[in-house]
Amino acid sequence: MYIIIALVALVFIVLTGVVISRLQGVLKSINKTDSEEVETSGNKFNGAMFIVILIGGAVSITWSYLHAREFFLPEASSIHGRRTDDLFWFSMGILTIPFIIVNFLVFFFAWKYQHKKGHRATFYPENHKLELVWTIIPAIVMALLVFTGWKAWSDITAEAPRDAEVIEITGKQFNWIARYGGVDNNKLGDYNYKLIDAQNEVGIDLSDENSFDDFTNPSEMHIPVGRPVLLKIRARDVLHSVFIPHMRVKMDAVPGMPTKFWFVPDKTTADMRAETGNPKFDYEIACTEVCGQGHFSMKMRLIVDDEATYKKWVSEQATFLSTYPEYLAKVPENLKAKAMKYVPAEAATPAADSSATSAGGAGASSSLR
Amino acid sequence: MSAIEGLETAHHHADEHAHHHEAQSFWQKYIFCEDHKVIAKQYLITGILWAVVGITMSVIFRIQLGLPDSNLSWLKPILGGWISDAGKLDPNFYLALVTMHGTIMVFFVLTAGLSGTFSNFLIPLQVGARDMASGFMNMLSYWFFFLASVIMFASLFLQQGPAAGGWVIYPPLSALPQAHPGSGMGMTLWLASMAFFIVSQLLGGINYITTVINLRTRGMSFDRLPLTIWSFLITAVLGLISFPVLLSSVLLLIFDRHFGTSFYLSDIYINGEALPNVGGSPILFQHLFWFLGHPEVYIVLLPALGITSEVIATNSRKPIFGYRAMIASMLGIAFLAFIVWAHHMFVTGMNPFLGSVFMFLTLIIAVPSAVKGFNYITTLWKGNIVFTPGMLFSIGLVSLFVSGGLTGIILGNSALDIQLHDTYFVVAHFHLVMGAASAFGLFAGVYHWFPKMFGRMMNTSLGQAHFWLTFIGIYLVFIPMHYVGIAGFPRRYYQFTSYDFTHKFMDMNMFISIAAIFTFLAQFIFLWNFFYSIFKGRKAPQNPWRSNTLEWTAPIIPGHGNWEGEIPAVYRWSYDYSKPGAKEDFIPQNIPYSQTPESNFPHENELIATEKVIESQNFNDQFKTHH
Repeated sequence: MYIIIALVALVFIVLTGVVISRLQGVLKSINKTDSEEVETSGNKFNGAMFIVILIGGAVSITWSYLHAREFFLPEASSIHGRRTDDLFWFSMGILTIPFIIVNFLVFFFAWKYQHKKGHRATFYPENHKLELVWTIIPAIVMALLVFTGWKAWSDITAEAPRDAEVIEITGKQFNWIARYGGVDNNKLGDYNYKLIDAQNEVGIDLSDENSFDDFTNPSEMHIPVGRPVLLKIRARDVLHSVFIPHMRVKMDAVPGMPTKFWFVPDKTTADMRAETGNPKFDYEIACTEVCGQGHFSMKMRLIVDDEATYKKWVSEQATFLSTYPEYLAKVPENLKAKAMKYVPAEAATPAADSSATSAGGAGASSSLR
Repeated sequence: MSAIEGLETAHHHADEHAHHHEAQSFWQKYIFCEDHKVIAKQYLITGILWAVVGITMSVIFRIQLGLPDSNLSWLKPILGGWISDAGKLDPNFYLALVTMHGTIMVFFVLTAGLSGTFSNFLIPLQVGARDMASGFMNMLSYWFFFLASVIMFASLFLQQGPAAGGWVIYPPLSALPQAHPGSGMGMTLWLASMAFFIVSQLLGGINYITTVINLRTRGMSFDRLPLTIWSFLITAVLGLISFPVLLSSVLLLIFDRHFGTSFYLSDIYINGEALPNVGGSPILFQHLFWFLGHPEVYIVLLPALGITSEVIATNSRKPIFGYRAMIASMLGIAFLAFIVWAHHMFVTGMNPFLGSVFMFLTLIIAVPSAVKGFNYITTLWKGNIVFTPGMLFSIGLVSLFVSGGLTGIILGNSALDIQLHDTYFVVAHFHLVMGAASAFGLFAGVYHWFPKMFGRMMNTSLGQAHFWLTFIGIYLVFIPMHYVGIAGFPRRYYQFTSYDFTHKFMDMNMFISIAAIFTFLAQFIFLWNFFYSIFKGRKAPQNPWRSNTLEWTAPIIPGHGNWEGEIPAVYRWSYDYSKPGAKEDFIPQNIPYSQTPESNFPHENELIATEKVIESQNFNDQFKTHH
């Protein structure tokens, strides 16, 4: 890379040198009388430069693309991601054609039709047929691209399938918090931003019985492979945006307006480690909506597990109530009994419970959802 | 001291158009001046100064991004506390730099500097008017801009730094001082500055529209207007419709910040405290902002395209191809500009159906844009091209406009935007298509009309050197930036070390930064050429580019009222270059068909009969109407 930079620097310096040396000649002729003729100083040189740029540009764009390719993201790890990738490269392929044609024509014409003494340009003010042609062709190409894009977009943004694993992700300055529906009922409880405090970071509403077995995780998110995952996205202070580059997932997190995005991850973290040959590979969740000082480091690890590992992981998590039993006080009297079983005082029961769930879990429970 | 009626009743200089007033004081002549040419120069020079500030900022954050290990202690004399003792740039100040770079370049350089300069300078000169419809409003327009500039500039020196939430200032970040240091006083000043800026734009825009509609000279029908004027007219209309919406969004944000309203705020818990605001929507702000924000792209770009049309036609020595199609495509772009704003918001959680609609509308815009591109190319075809610096920049603009515009077709596709939104792909796209292309339009305009502005020529060779270094530099910066975007790098990141997926491409980022520094340095050629030529440049001839438009019929340095004696009448369109049979390869607009029988087409011979009528009209000369 240093070599390229040095090369570019060299080109710049040479260019400057050439131009300045030409300048000397021009400066000499400057003091001559102002002729009525069009001034054409440096015309040959500039015309030739267009051809140099045309060839040099074509070579460097081709080379740099081939060079850059290895740094692009690996093949998408989600089903819709591969679809949008294909669409992206298909569109890029189509658009490369006008890119080449237009730049070629601009540069080539500039060189070919440079000023010649005694020559006169062709008076050619309009040609309706020609104009109609190049209005209609782009319109047809656009229609094609719109149609393919629209199909993909409607599928991606359609309602999530009913068996989707629902996980809540909340953005705050400056980290993400994942919340799961729980070890037992797998339903997210209600929330209210006014209930947020130092422990209850996402404002879990403990007057809703669904929230008793909810658990949160501020550093990593686990999702099952091969099954739709529906992210319910919230922000608690300013705008954030959930970005999972390898999954081609992005959706803003908006305070006061929950958003969602669903996708089907189909490569586990282990698969990707094998595929990329990088034993340390990890999926990552980033923020792509500027949110303040820590915007560039709002990282959350994303782990895609196979179904059994995922189930096991879920069953091992400590519920919010068991971590902070003092919140039992917020549970309404009539539900206290229900909530009690998630409180560590009865540590034996949750273990029994979860083993029961996971026993039936691996095979059958997905149909229950 | 132009035609504005009644405001200065002391000066009655009604019928004496050749009459010179009592000598104007320095203040009247150069500072609080009502002459459109001086106001244009004020805009231009302010714009250039802002460009220096704005581009310097980009170089500083490019160093941070491309050379993250470098020691920036040498910037301490300028940036002071924003550079840590270890020589590192403060992350908050990084965001402030990004924000101010965007704000300055979009609004102060490419809106005020480009449209403000050339609309002011060219509209009266090219439509054949003594001055703007209201010189006083025009003066106010500049001074409101100046006030906005002073406020914005002052905000750079705040202890907490200037606004720092991105140039789009999305709330709640921008609404909550506790969320970010840049959302405190810096944001207050940003909002105040923008409010004045909008006032300035509206005062200017009303003037441009009125002047084009009402003060065209005899015979200057709409179908004879140069494309520059068409573009300025359409731009002004765009601004007049969209800027008030930005003003309202800014006002509502001010209310949220200072008066406890909840237009944009709801369900917020920050700094250990749940805010009482409920019911607002941050998305509302985005809709309002982009209702201006997207037309703004065309407010920036259309004048550049207008200038390019004129410069390409003149220097190809050919009529612009498809004059009417060019106007139609500009009108089409302008109309569509208002109904595509939500393509900036595909992944904000707005209704996906709305996304489909906006995707469809957005991609339609490619059609008139393509027409413009092809028409430029056909204008070059079989031309007799003179590579003046202005021409080079215009050709460069066409290349940049098309190259950058094509990736817009990718981004306008909502399905593809999911991955690319807010990555460097977007940054690369809009810098090519609206940033660099419009800047090239600005350069083309400056090189082309410098002789008319200052009566002197800029140095051609330096101009050509400036072009090549800039043109190559721009591509070296922004083509690789697409790769960085495809690799998923998000924008507005202080550094890329936090993630594995961005922990690569260091070389590419370094390359981009070094190319940016090269390009930045190349601009000093322009600065030197510009300021040196104002004072020491070669004296300009009457019509240095052998151009057809009316401004070249005015004295080399036009005085108050632009033309001595009568305003010239107009008998033809402005693109009679290389007409078959004509003696010269250009026929200025003020030459009647009766004088050019050798080159007239049959339908033009019929127009000779109307010449008498055109000549006898004179209702638009402001010097001939009573004050």
